[in-house]
Amino acid sequence: MTDFIFLLIKAILWVAVGVGMVPFIIYFERKFAGFFQSRMGPTYAGPWGVLQSFGDMAKLLSKEDLIPDWADKPVFRLAPYILFVPAFIVMALIPFGPMGVEIFGYTVDLVIADFDAGVLLFLALGTVAVYGIVFAGWASNNHWSLLGSLRSGAQMVSYEISMGLALVGLIILSGSLSFVDIVDGQAGNFWNWYFIPQIVGFVIFYVASIAELNRAPFDLAEAEQELVAGHMTEYTGMRWGLFMFGEYVNMVVVSAVMATLFFGGWRAPFEALDFIPGFIWLVGKVLFFVFMYMWIRWTLPRYRYNQLMDIGWKIFLPLAIANLAVTALIVSVN
Amino acid sequence: MINPSVDIVIQLGLMFAIGTILAVALMTVARFLAPTSKNPNKGLPYECGVLPEGDARLPYNVHFYLIAVLFVLFDLEAVFMYPWAVSLSGLGWLGLIEMFLFIFILLVGYFYAWKKGVFEWE
Repeated sequence: MTDFIFLLIKAILWVAVGVGMVPFIIYFERKFAGFFQSRMGPTYAGPWGVLQSFGDMAKLLSKEDLIPDWADKPVFRLAPYILFVPAFIVMALIPFGPMGVEIFGYTVDLVIADFDAGVLLFLALGTVAVYGIVFAGWASNNHWSLLGSLRSGAQMVSYEISMGLALVGLIILSGSLSFVDIVDGQAGNFWNWYFIPQIVGFVIFYVASIAELNRAPFDLAEAEQELVAGHMTEYTGMRWGLFMFGEYVNMVVVSAVMATLFFGGWRAPFEALDFIPGFIWLVGKVLFFVFMYMWIRWTLPRYRYNQLMDIGWKIFLPLAIANLAVTALIVSVN
Repeated sequence: MINPSVDIVIQLGLMFAIGTILAVALMTVARFLAPTSKNPNKGLPYECGVLPEGDARLPYNVHFYLIAVLFVLFDLEAVFMYPWAVSLSGLGWLGLIEMFLFIFILLVGYFYAWKKGVFEWE
């Protein structure tokens, strides 16, 4: 019973931090966008505009929820949930501290689910997001939505392959699919982290994750100038809000996965810094990757669709296969 | 708690429940706060202000289908590679050569698709 209470506390705290970050990430994204473009960004709501996201949320909650007459209504209603919920299951897999810690006399594992096939589950749930987008586009029965969702579906499945193959090299090194074991394999100082031997895999994974999240420069699905808002064209009010919210939650979760797989998860860069709790390191790394996403988004122009598919299929896929072959060869020789 | 495999279901199910409850709660709040007003024009699909063209479910480029088929192939291949990657250290040279053979056969198909122009979008 105590185990279950601890599980509940861990889950609620982790979700509170992960989801609680989102309004501030949205605020900082807009603020950074302002700075990158020599303007101020939001300034009115609260000091320096920090309450802007909460104001937006109140606005979205009080907007009318429209469903077009020609839409496929049950699927139209279901689609935002499909995009929103899987991110939470991935959150469960990410360790935020060592296993078997003593807290108030109880032994607690600082992870919600130590799943043996965690990496596989993460990739599987990443593909579920494609259903959300394709359902949304198809159910809307709108030209923009359908085109946007087709583009996005093809783009996401293309990069899913590179993403999956880029992780094989890492799994060869760690010898396990469990996130907890992968973090344990990176114990010690930062030169033991997997991003050094797997730098190619990391770059492929990072770029593929941008495509998976449908963010600029790969945001072809919602290219405003061509497709209005892609699969979200017909959505209004909080249903649209769920899409955006889900997108940012996904961004936090993918950043956390990246930090865990390649950058030692909750571990400090130097063993001497271990007195700082692992949770803080993990959140710091997550925020670093989120900032990188913003930086890339506001710096690079959008790719054309054929360029996007060329990068995915003609560069990243062979590179990922070469990376895994070289890693396997080196590991076998040693 | 009970046993490892049941635990996983409870743990993942709990997170699934939290996510679903959060989404449903947001939608429920919106239902009470949001106004509703009936107007036949609001039900029309958005096409930049002009009257809609008709049903959107028209035939589309066959490339999307080809990409989907290739995705199934390559993703299955990736799934085959995970158990091999986990146990590579215990497999020795034979395991390595077998996987290289597997990758080689797959690359033949990949270059065939490339030459056939599956990856060309014009």
